[in-house]
Amino acid sequence: MKKLINEPGAVVDEMLDGMVAAHPELRRLDGTNVLVRDDAPVEGKVAVVSGGGSGHEPTHAGYLGEGMLDGAAAGEVFTSPTADQLNEMIQATDAGEGVLCVVKNYEGDVMNFDTAAEMAAMEGVEVEQVVVNDDVAVEDSLYTSGRRGVAGTIFVHKCAGAKAAAGGDLGEVTAVAEKVVDNVRTMGMALTSCVTPEKGEPTFDLGEDEIELGIGIHGEPGTERADVMSADEITEHLTENVLDDLELDEGEEVVTMVNGMGGTPLSELYIVNRKLQSILGDRGIETWDAWVGDYMTSLDMMGCSVSVLRVDDELKELLGAPAETPGLTVTE
Amino acid sequence: MADAETQREAVLDALDNVAERLAEEKEYLTDLDSAIGDADHGANMERGFGKAADKREEFAEMEPNEVVKNVGTTLISNVGGASGPLYGGSIMFASQELEDGITAETSVAFAEAYLNKVKDRGGAQVGAKTMVDALVPAVHTYKKSVEQDDLPPLEALAKAVDAAERGVAFTVPIKAMKGRASFLDWRSVGHQDPGATSTLFILEELLETAEEYLDGEIDRDARAEDAVGRDE
Repeated sequence: MKKLINEPGAVVDEMLDGMVAAHPELRRLDGTNVLVRDDAPVEGKVAVVSGGGSGHEPTHAGYLGEGMLDGAAAGEVFTSPTADQLNEMIQATDAGEGVLCVVKNYEGDVMNFDTAAEMAAMEGVEVEQVVVNDDVAVEDSLYTSGRRGVAGTIFVHKCAGAKAAAGGDLGEVTAVAEKVVDNVRTMGMALTSCVTPEKGEPTFDLGEDEIELGIGIHGEPGTERADVMSADEITEHLTENVLDDLELDEGEEVVTMVNGMGGTPLSELYIVNRKLQSILGDRGIETWDAWVGDYMTSLDMMGCSVSVLRVDDELKELLGAPAETPGLTVTE
Repeated sequence: MADAETQREAVLDALDNVAERLAEEKEYLTDLDSAIGDADHGANMERGFGKAADKREEFAEMEPNEVVKNVGTTLISNVGGASGPLYGGSIMFASQELEDGITAETSVAFAEAYLNKVKDRGGAQVGAKTMVDALVPAVHTYKKSVEQDDLPPLEALAKAVDAAERGVAFTVPIKAMKGRASFLDWRSVGHQDPGATSTLFILEELLETAEEYLDGEIDRDARAEDAVGRDE
């Protein structure tokens, strides 16, 4: 399979170098795969950090900057960063106000973040952790106990980041992050498999006329393999699973996200969004804001996920607050 | 055990012995992991403990508990995956129990802290076909032997190794409930767990090392007879 790389083993290292070259407001910690805001630690502010395997760009480092993340640790492709690097990230971003780690629910990520939090605590840093598990598709999977953390994580970054920027203390920032986790649900699907640089061939076999519903962001199996359907039918399937799980009442407000998996054109994502909004309208649910784009990808996989976040005044204010990052900009 | 310097030497020797043993067993661990995992346990453990053993000089001036802690952090950086936090993170955490030196009492506390951290972090109970199946019998036996039977630590450790060995054997006929192997479901039955196996190797090397530093002798024939389900 053709790839625009030099060698598989250098993908993460070279990507990070290129990213810093494009965004001088980011800085790489020496000898690590951790990027931080260049002005970290930001005085008087709780730090919000995240991290996980690479291959999900712009997640995670793409959300570094004002109003979102202070630090992002990149593991190898689809592999958790090691706890010592996570610890370095925590130390480098802590301004004395404490650090919130936003972790997606994968066994490797959770264990390494847990260990890093312990290491940082031994050095006197106050650390809190929120585990995101928004994927309604499967309970347990190849890398997870419980539900997987997927694209809804970006809403957590946005809201927790905004709360920290507004001067919230560690408890308040953590509470906001937990509130988002409690109110966001996601489900994804794939038209094709992703191809990892190391393997160089599709992670799973999917026939010309087949799609995988409930796919994970590493190509791990979903709920069912189905015959190809129209965009409207796929959107209906994903949205209904998400809405049923979220148990929204008529009149409630939401923010939606149609997230591309990396290999799907924006035009198709808009087609999905069209149907998504019409379903919400039929159910009497009001969309306060609709996000469409590649927020958390799965390398070159074709497909999308649909996320719905129930919002109240607090979350609306935080989602609307300014943010300036490579992957997301919000202006007042 | 004797003064801090001797304790440090003992820790460093144990580290060397474990690193050497895991290097010898690399292929065996890889084979076990190929059957029910992703075939990287042998290489990961060899690399992690090898890196730690390479730091012998760096560790030469440290207090014994500091050496143990640094072995933990070295494993965290170099083992990778979930094994880094499980082996390294747990050693690092448990090293706090050795702040007043290594005695029969603190070694029990260390073993218990290590076991609890592994269980807590990995979320596995006995019978899930994981390293916990070797650790629980080893740690329980060690604690009981020291605290209730008043056995000398060396004898207690020998009993613990026997217990771990039986724990490893127990992983063969049971179905994996945790980790990657659990996705094989019933196909995991009949395979020995690599994590339990490397845990046993580590304990065996701790015993080897302890024999050089502690009084007493181990009756190896009795140990062999004592063990059940062993493939001689």
